[in-house]
Amino acid sequence: MAIPVIYNVRSVKARWTSTIVAVLGIAGTVGVFVAMLSLARGFRATLVSSGSADNALVLRAGSPSEMMGAVTLDSVKIIKDAPGVARDAHGAPLVTQEVVGVMPFPLTSNGADANTQVRGVSPNVLEVRRTVKIIQGRMPQPGLAELAVGKNAAHTYNGIVVGANGSKKLVALAVGNTVDFGGGHWTISGIFDAGGSAFDSEVWCDAPVLNEVLKRPDNLFQSVTARLTSADAFDTFKDALTTDPRMNVDVSREIDYYSKQSRVMTTLITVLGGFVAAIMAIGAVFGALNTMYSAVSERGREIATMRAVGFSGSSVVFSFLLEALLIACVGGLLGCVAVLPLNGLTTSTMNFQTFSNLAFAFKITPELLVKGVLFALVMGVVGGLLPAVRAAAMPVATALRSL
Amino acid sequence: MKYARLIFANLFRKKVRLILTIGSFAVALFLFAFLSIVRGAFLGNAELASANRLVTINRTSIINLIPLSYKDKIQRIPGVSYVTHNNWFGGIYQNENNFFPQFVIDPESQRQVFPELVVSDDQWANFLKDRQGAIAGAKTAKRFGWKIGDRIPIKTTLYGGGAWDFNLVGIYHGTRPQDDETQFWFQWDYFEEKIPDRVKGQIGWYVIRIDKPEDAPRIAKAIDTQFENSPNETKTEAESAFAANWVKQFGNIQFLIVTIGVVVFFTLLLVTGNTMAISVRERTSELAVLKAIGYSDRAVLFFVLAESLAIALFGGLLGLLLAVVATPVLATALASMLPNLVLPGSILAVGLVVALVVGVAAGLLPGIGAMRMRVVNALRRV
Repeated sequence: MAIPVIYNVRSVKARWTSTIVAVLGIAGTVGVFVAMLSLARGFRATLVSSGSADNALVLRAGSPSEMMGAVTLDSVKIIKDAPGVARDAHGAPLVTQEVVGVMPFPLTSNGADANTQVRGVSPNVLEVRRTVKIIQGRMPQPGLAELAVGKNAAHTYNGIVVGANGSKKLVALAVGNTVDFGGGHWTISGIFDAGGSAFDSEVWCDAPVLNEVLKRPDNLFQSVTARLTSADAFDTFKDALTTDPRMNVDVSREIDYYSKQSRVMTTLITVLGGFVAAIMAIGAVFGALNTMYSAVSERGREIATMRAVGFSGSSVVFSFLLEALLIACVGGLLGCVAVLPLNGLTTSTMNFQTFSNLAFAFKITPELLVKGVLFALVMGVVGGLLPAVRAAAMPVATALRSL
Repeated sequence: MKYARLIFANLFRKKVRLILTIGSFAVALFLFAFLSIVRGAFLGNAELASANRLVTINRTSIINLIPLSYKDKIQRIPGVSYVTHNNWFGGIYQNENNFFPQFVIDPESQRQVFPELVVSDDQWANFLKDRQGAIAGAKTAKRFGWKIGDRIPIKTTLYGGGAWDFNLVGIYHGTRPQDDETQFWFQWDYFEEKIPDRVKGQIGWYVIRIDKPEDAPRIAKAIDTQFENSPNETKTEAESAFAANWVKQFGNIQFLIVTIGVVVFFTLLLVTGNTMAISVRERTSELAVLKAIGYSDRAVLFFVLAESLAIALFGGLLGLLLAVVATPVLATALASMLPNLVLPGSILAVGLVVALVVGVAAGLLPGIGAMRMRVVNALRRV
């Protein structure tokens, strides 16, 4: 027969100090575990959501990232005529050839110059990247030194205005303001929302204008993004370009490219977070074991009494295990609740693969929370099993006799 | 220590608990050391930067180049002792996971500007003789099992592309444990010869050694003023400021590590402190007996404190020892992501002090309780 659960609840209450400590130990572990994983997920989600399934990215063969790419104007023309490329209402191919630069913008938080990705785009970029919407103002006009600023960039960075005497002033990146960088005066013409993707941390302008500022040849671009008629058209598009003897390019789905960009940082956070959580779990299990062992040793007579009145050894084991699981479960839930406010919190860091700053948000999913609680329960089982077995193995007569 | 036997007997009365408590202490200290070295790896060079070095980059963007012709002009500024220049090569060895930084260096002044990165004289002489010669940091050489004389192909998509072949002629070592031993150096002349005309004569950044650190602001200003209004304006900063700026871009990551460290540490200490309190509470009657047979209140406090200090010391040492053993293993495992994982002695010292402080704190509360209790009540409690 099973020992009533209320017995466990009451004994947990009776030993509340050590119970609280065990609960906190597990809560801390679960909190760190969930926080680290949500950070890695958020980072990955930001980059992955930058890509669309029916977009293809063309880079020079062997280039690990856009920063190292170079595609000539001749190649851009071939790409525009390739099979599978979608066309707009006027029959023009939906292709954006882009120039990517890294420019220092002071962070609003600590004033440090952050390497900000500045992307020179084609006028039709919004039709290629349909997740990007202008939320204020308009896109830069071709040929003009105008900027559209991503919504994260707009509040993460300041612009610099250089006065006539060389003095510097910081201004917000807001529509209508003028900022100086790269030796030019730029007017901010609009703010865009890219749905939380990496583009939100970028500043966009006209590609030929950026080429001029970066003193790069005007017939060279770093990457070409093409919208395809459908996601299935990718293979046709890729085969056509990679087998063309005039071309020396790599073609990848935009989604694959961005998930690769997130790899180093995501792996780093996951490995570090996993390691810290694992070591911490050992510590928390030690704490739980200690709590349960002292619970067992303090309750020697109670246990013996229960055995004497007919509860079997297995119900004692079950009862103590249940108690450990109860503590673990409360700890796990507490840990999850404690980190829940982090969800959606935006933070920024440097992405190793592009050397540029990227804003992203913690992403706590229900699945992660479930994992956190499961992790806590595992700690509960590991921490409760041995003490429970010891409780059941105690010889009844001796235990009853002892004080 | 005439009471040593008593303290030991008390320590070992519950072996499982002793092991678990020492274990939690060891885990806490191990994590303390681990998080400290990870933080150190993110902070990287900021603490290592030399006070008498300046870095000059292109004002427009760190990825823009600067003319080589600036070198002589910078050299002529009073207070400048040596000027050297680097280019970022950004090549790939075998595959993308094998990342390490490759720098094009100026053999003339490299050793004068970076005296802390040591290459033996005969290896340096061979380097100067061999146009395709390369020098690797000790860590990178060890990571890929390179030996002097190896031929190392590095692929690049920049500078005309293709695979460049290098002969490994030397290995450099840092003089301090934290020095970056992951770089790969090769000669400017070889680089300049192979790259397309469009980028010839342009370098990535200058590193300038100055005579007196106090002169840094003046010299930095002099350099930037000199190239003001030229097509390539410069931005010159002290090496420490340059490195600190780099670190600030990791922004909250570092803050996060510290926060996690605090949460982890606090949690584990709570667990440990509680265990010690339990073990004292269980023995209330014994302590009362000690007092009844004439031991002073202080002696009782001393017993309790000595016990918790012993646990803290032993657990702390164990954890730090584990960290010392594990650091090289972790450094190898994380080599491509966090290249500079090293455990400085200062962290070990701080860790040990923290462990002892916690030991005292954990013992003090129950200890004072034991000291103050009235013998009669305690004996009756049974």
